[in-house]
Parts: sequence; structure tokens; C-alpha cells
Amino acid sequence: MPLSKAQLLAWLGKLDAVYAAKKEYLTDLDAAIGDADHGINMNRGFGKVMEKLPPVADKDIGTILKTVGMTLMSSVGGASGPLYGTFWMKPGMLLGGKEELDAADFARFVEAGVDGILQRGRPERGDKTMYDVWAPVLEVVKARAAAGDDVAAIVDAALPVGEKALADTIPLQARKGRASYLGERSVGHQDPGATSSYYMLETLRDVLHA
Amino acid sequence: MKKLINAVENVVKEQLEGMALAHPELTVAFEPTFIRRADAPVAGKVALISGGGSGHEPMHGGFVGKGMLDGACPGEVFTSPTPDQMYACAKAVDGGAGVLFIVKNYTGDVMNFEAAAELVAADGIKVQNILIDDDVAVKDSLYTAGRRGVGTTVLAEKIVGAAAEAGYDLDACAALCRKVNQYGRSFGVALTSCTVPAAGKPTFDLGEGEVEMGIGIHGEPGTHRMPIGPVDALTAYAAGQIIDDPAYTRTVREWDGSGWAENTLTDAPFAKGDNVIAFVNSMGGTPLSELYAVYRKLDAVCKEKGLTIVRNLIGPYITSLEMQGFSITLLKADDEILKYWDAPVKTPGLVR
Ligand SMILES: Nc1ncnc2c1ncn2[C@@H]1O[C@H](COP(=O)(O)OP(=O)(O)OP(=O)(O)O)[C@@H](O)[C@H]1O
Ligand SMILES: [Mg+2]
Repeated sequence: MPLSKAQLLAWLGKLDAVYAAKKEYLTDLDAAIGDADHGINMNRGFGKVMEKLPPVADKDIGTILKTVGMTLMSSVGGASGPLYGTFWMKPGMLLGGKEELDAADFARFVEAGVDGILQRGRPERGDKTMYDVWAPVLEVVKARAAAGDDVAAIVDAALPVGEKALADTIPLQARKGRASYLGERSVGHQDPGATSSYYMLETLRDVLHA
Repeated sequence: MKKLINAVENVVKEQLEGMALAHPELTVAFEPTFIRRADAPVAGKVALISGGGSGHEPMHGGFVGKGMLDGACPGEVFTSPTPDQMYACAKAVDGGAGVLFIVKNYTGDVMNFEAAAELVAADGIKVQNILIDDDVAVKDSLYTAGRRGVGTTVLAEKIVGAAAEAGYDLDACAALCRKVNQYGRSFGVALTSCTVPAAGKPTFDLGEGEVEMGIGIHGEPGTHRMPIGPVDALTAYAAGQIIDDPAYTRTVREWDGSGWAENTLTDAPFAKGDNVIAFVNSMGGTPLSELYAVYRKLDAVCKEKGLTIVRNLIGPYITSLEMQGFSITLLKADDEILKYWDAPVKTPGLVR
């Protein structure tokens, strides 16, 4: 089964609820190794997305994704604003005219999004950022799409990989972003951006199984 | 938390409204938020824009005016502004000669300004971005996001602002700004933490008898803590960190007109015989009188090390809310830098 537009909208709506519920938790993670604003930033951003979505909800998927990206870019702030902004915007530019995403489209979505994070933040694996979750997830997504899985099966396969990658950020020493100034003191904490990225995947799984 | 605020979520907006009322020579726009010279765009002049989190006043909004910035984009307290602010500001102040973004090296600021530069360039406006990364408390750029942008930002905005006023084109403004950044080094010391209104509690805990050496302007951790000593000892330490700092090399991303170019820059250390501009800054809570005590010792250390202070700036210019503490910036001054340092400037935060 492809990812329908209704599922995409449900995913975004659910993300808004997830970031509202996890606002304190993400902010606490950021307080440990950053400046205690990541949950506030994500909550504000997806709140704005909910305001901007209704007028474009019946447009093509490319337009919806671009709207999400532009909105996050101009409302999240911090490092994660431009990162998530490009993450949603770049696939939007690729997927113009689409009313649903098949497995190949979905793989292009994730690939273009992760490429956006790479271009904007220039992270490397092991820097203790959101890219540490997206890099292995992208590998699985591409492999499962090539093997002929549908979107739900791809996401099911990617989720445990993302979950492990998220836990694997804990022992890392940050080399990018605000956390890098802590040096060794950043070790032992889960990265906030990696955590909010994992929620995107987990929430999509929930929507696909609803 | 004891602060002169109404509702926490309106802090920045209400402060900007007050500023607009006090300074009719400035225009403050909301949604997206930016401050600009009321007489901008100035035809044919390169427009300078800076920005960053609020809480460092008078930087940056207080430096908007003739001879300094054309526009400033404030974020929430200690949070970077977003690209739509810089984009709208650039459209409002570009006088046809292009726009220079002066960006302090913090991941959030850097990425938001990079996104903005792409938007501005896509509209056919010439744009360049120069990073300020002068905090010697950060030693390496390999394992961190690199040196943070601190005191040199104020000096760069003044000097490049004057050069733009004198008719420098965009390339020349960018080159001068890059040079000022490479000639400037800073180091900060905190005596107390500060409290971000939205957080409601101090950013970090510092014992009654302790100081944090190498503090950033958002309460980023410094290099170490130690018992507070006499002002002479604290000043000698900070000045020594700056003057003895070896060459510093890192790679920066600069917009080259069509895309991002990676430029590797190396800053030479200070050398005996250098003329310098000395900037002693209050983090907000330290009174001017104590800054003069810092300056007294700084002058002695410079003489000892063979540096001549040819100009100075002393006061609260790049602050960290109500934090007690100070920073020292030394900027190697050549004829070009001195000429534009001495040029007139008229802004709410700096007049000469
Ligand atoms: N260069 C980078 N590449 C990829 N991800 C990054 C990079 N730098 C930081 N991040 C991610 O951003 C997250 C922090 O986002 P947040 O919104 O809290 O920004 P911030 O650094 O606090 O910015 P600001 O200080 O301007 O508010 C980190 O947990 C990390 O996952
Ligand atoms: Mg943060």
C-alpha cells in the first residue's frame, strides 16, 4: 500500500500532538547538553504547521511538504529549524503533483530529506546529532524499497534500526552544535535532535498501523 | 526570578516596542521581526545586517544607525532568529549595492543565516556572509562547532559599517569584515550566571566564591572554574589567553554569489609591536567602575607583552542579560581599521 495524502496529514497532526506531549522531555534532554529549548522549539514549530496546513490540505503532496518545510524553517529557530525545514522542503520539491507516495517515492522522500540535513548541517556519523538516526534509517529504507516492500513494511523495518541508533547517541561525544562545547561532558546523554527525529519515524509507524 | 517583565512570552516584543518609541530614527517590523534604519534603503550603499538571539543588548538592535548596521534581526532570548526575518530585512534595506550578513559563529545562527542567504540570492540581491569566531576559550574546530562569535562582533559592525558608509562595495566590505574577525580575539569571565526569562532559573550554578573562565555569551560552559581572585589576576589571565593564543585555523562557509565555498582561514597570533584596539566589555551586571579596574591591568599586560593600545572601548556592549562578568577583546589595528574605527557613528548603543 502507498502512503496516502490522508495518512500524510494524519502523520503531521499526530506529530503536533507528540511534540506537545514530549515538550518537557525534549527540553530536558537539551538542558543536559544544550540550551534547554529543543522541546519548546519543536512544539512551537508543529503548532504553526497545524495553522498553515488547512489551506493546502487538498493540494498535491509536494505542496504540502513544502508548506511544512517553510513553516518549520520560519518558526522553529535554533539549529533544528533550518535542519527540519530542509528535511521537509527538499522532498516537497521532488514530489510535486503526487497524490500518494509508493515505496519508491517514499525512499526518495527520505533520501532527499536526509540530504537536506547533510547539506545544511554537514554532520558526520558519530557527531551525536539527528543524522545519527537518519543515516542508518535511510540505508534500510532504500534497501527495503529496492527489495519490493511496501511503505508500511519499510517503516516497520526502519523503526528498530532508528531506535537502536537513538540509544547509540548516548555514549557519543558531541562534535557538532551547541553540545560540542561540553566536550566529554556531553557523553552519557541522548541527543535531543536524534530523539525528535526518532519520533517522526515512530509516529509514522503508528499512523500506518492505525 | 526578579525581572522587569510582563508576560514571559512577550518579553522581546515589548522591549522592541519600547525601543521603537524611544528611537524614531529606527523602524521596528513584526512578523517577521527586524529593526532597520528608518532611512533605509540608502541608495548605492552596501547594507549591513546582523542578528542573533536577544539578551545581548545593545547588540545588535542598538547598533542600527548611520555608520553601523542597516538592519538587525533579533530572535527570542538566546535563540537564533529565523531566515524569514533576515530575508524580509534584506529586502527592506538593500539599496542596490547588496547585503552583508555579519554572523556570530553559533550553529543555529549560522544555519539560519545560510538559509536566508540562499533566499536573498534567489531574489537577485547580492549577498555575502562573514562569520565572527573570535572566542579563544574554544581551542579547536575539529571536535567542536568552532570558536564562538563574541566581542569582535561589536568592533566589526562599527568598522565595516563606517566603510560601507564611505562607499566600499560588497566585496570590499566582506574582505574588511573577514580581516577584522581574523585580527580580533576575545575571552570572557563570569562571576554569576544569568536567568533566561522563559527558563525562570539561572542557566548554571556558580558558587559564591567561584568564577567561570572562558564563558560564552549565552552561559556556555567555559574552560574551567576557579576561586575568585583579585581583578588583576583575572585580567592578567584573560589577557594572557588572548595575547599568547597561537595561530588558529578553521574552514568557514561563505556564499560566493552562486553557491557555498569552503574557505580555510588562519589567524596569525599577536606579535610584539602590534597596535591594538582594546575593548573591555561588561556582561551586563558588572559596573563601569570595575571595567576601569580591568582596563588598568590590561594596559599593563599589553605594555609588558609589547602591544600598544591605540584606541579603547569600555562599557556594556555585548551582554548576557544580567550576568556579572567581563570580556576582553583585542583587535590588531592597521591604518584601514583605525580610519573606520575613528569615523562618526550614530546609533542608540554607540555614538561618536
Ligand atoms: N551541524 C548539525 N547537523 C545536524 N544536526 C545538528 C547539527 N547541530 C545540531 N544538530 C541537532 O540539533 C539539535 C539541537 O537543536 P536545537 O533546536 O536545540 O538548536 P540549538 O543548537 O539549541 O540552537 P540555538 O542555540 O540557536 O537555540 C541537536 O540535538 C542535534 O541533533
Ligand atoms: Mg537547543
